[in-house]
Amino acid sequence: MDTSISFKLKVWRQANAHAEGRFETYEMRDIPTDTSFLEMMDILNEQLIEKGEEPVTFDHDCREGICGMCSLYVNGHPHGPATGATTCQLYMRRFHDGDTITVEPWRSAAFPVIKDLMVNRNAFDQIQQAGGYVSFQTGGAQDANAIPISKEAADEAMDSATCIGCGACVAACKNGSAMLFLSAKVSQFALLPQGRAEAKRRVKAMLAKMDELGFGNCTNTGACAAECPKNIKLSNIARLNREFLCAKCSD
Amino acid sequence: MIRQRYGNLFDMYEEITDVNPGELANEINGVKYYNPMMIYPAIHYTMGGIWVDYELQTSIKGLFAIGECNFSDHGANRLGASALMQGLADGYFVLPYTIQNYLSDQITVPHFSTDTPEFDEAEKRVQANLDHLMSIHGKRSVDSIHKELGNVMWDYVGMARTKESLETALKKLKELRKEFETNLFIPGTQEGMNIELDKAFRLRDFITMGELIAYDALNRHESCGGHFREEHQTEEGEAKRDDVACWKYNGNDETAPTLIKEPLHYEAIKVQTRNYKS
Repeated sequence: MDTSISFKLKVWRQANAHAEGRFETYEMRDIPTDTSFLEMMDILNEQLIEKGEEPVTFDHDCREGICGMCSLYVNGHPHGPATGATTCQLYMRRFHDGDTITVEPWRSAAFPVIKDLMVNRNAFDQIQQAGGYVSFQTGGAQDANAIPISKEAADEAMDSATCIGCGACVAACKNGSAMLFLSAKVSQFALLPQGRAEAKRRVKAMLAKMDELGFGNCTNTGACAAECPKNIKLSNIARLNREFLCAKCSD
Repeated sequence: MIRQRYGNLFDMYEEITDVNPGELANEINGVKYYNPMMIYPAIHYTMGGIWVDYELQTSIKGLFAIGECNFSDHGANRLGASALMQGLADGYFVLPYTIQNYLSDQITVPHFSTDTPEFDEAEKRVQANLDHLMSIHGKRSVDSIHKELGNVMWDYVGMARTKESLETALKKLKELRKEFETNLFIPGTQEGMNIELDKAFRLRDFITMGELIAYDALNRHESCGGHFREEHQTEEGEAKRDDVACWKYNGNDETAPTLIKEPLHYEAIKVQTRNYKS
């Protein structure tokens, strides 16, 4: 297990949203394969600071796959080559000695670059604020017991709720669409009785916000679901379309 | 059943360690042994938190602290998932019913202007801090000092503490603060995004927090919850629980904080050593 690899790292550097970006190449030597991808980036930054240069800016927080902050586009894949894992859960044993590893920020018109690999994902917050909540009192514990919910619906809703809002779906989509994110957020409410009361208003408001913010539309390519670190299913988008159609028809 | 509930935990574990815990490792006399998962205890350094009243408002009017950052829901220890529990409970069951008591009076309050001497003073103080950090031009990165802080806390203020280890920690933390204030290097400028400057601000707070934890652990002559003093392993030492305490900040980081204690009186329960066995 105690093996190390050396490789070339091609990293996107960009001073701010308006500056022109470029790839910089860094030689990484003897990186243990048990190092996580972000720890490897930390090592690179430590070396850059030692030389008096500016470190590579990238987003990260919990480093255990639940916060949705890390957002690197590694070798053409959001969150890198591992499936069902975020960038922080990606380890260097996935790569080989002599590799060239390309690291880019999320690429989408709706996610402007702040600096280097850090992008502004405030658009997701705005979509959530447009309708991703229940605005009335849903009662106490006894009310929860009085409204039976099938295990299938509860499980499906829970699966949808595991979306961490990282934006990998948008980065993977050729249309820059946020449909997988949006459909997960709509589904987690649509499947539960507490979410039904505001279902029509919710789906219309969230979709309108998504369009307004410059995200593209869905052409069912499926790249989002293939790259999603939380394995959110494409069937959520079908549910979203159904919800939207129902809402529009009853207008 | 375990796989259904925690299946993705196994996948995550395999991604991190390269070992599949669901894979058969050995079979001896018909007993199947699967790859064991490596686990290691870690410490919750802080118990308690920001003081809040029953409406979750802090001592600063209009500032509410909800979730794990406030002191309200746990005692000397934190149990698994208490962060989630408190976030949900405060956000769902408490705040929606209490914040309106404050907000209802606010409708008549006009927008604040930043054109006040208090604002100018605060702005000047932050700017001076920024200028100071950028002008140190030392040799150490923020992360390297942060790592050293982590090692001091783990080695001397860790799961088992002694008077000697805590005194060593306080000495080392003082040296570390000096290193931070005189030998820090932050590349780049103050303009735009500078992650190193951002981290430096937080690291300075972490050093203060580390010192505070060491002070409190040194002055707490008992073992309780997440705090374990090797000298106080006796049944009495582990069942004392005689006060709650907080520390008063005395204006700067060089001066030691002052301990403020409040004794605990138990009427309905008998205080005894914690026992998970029976």
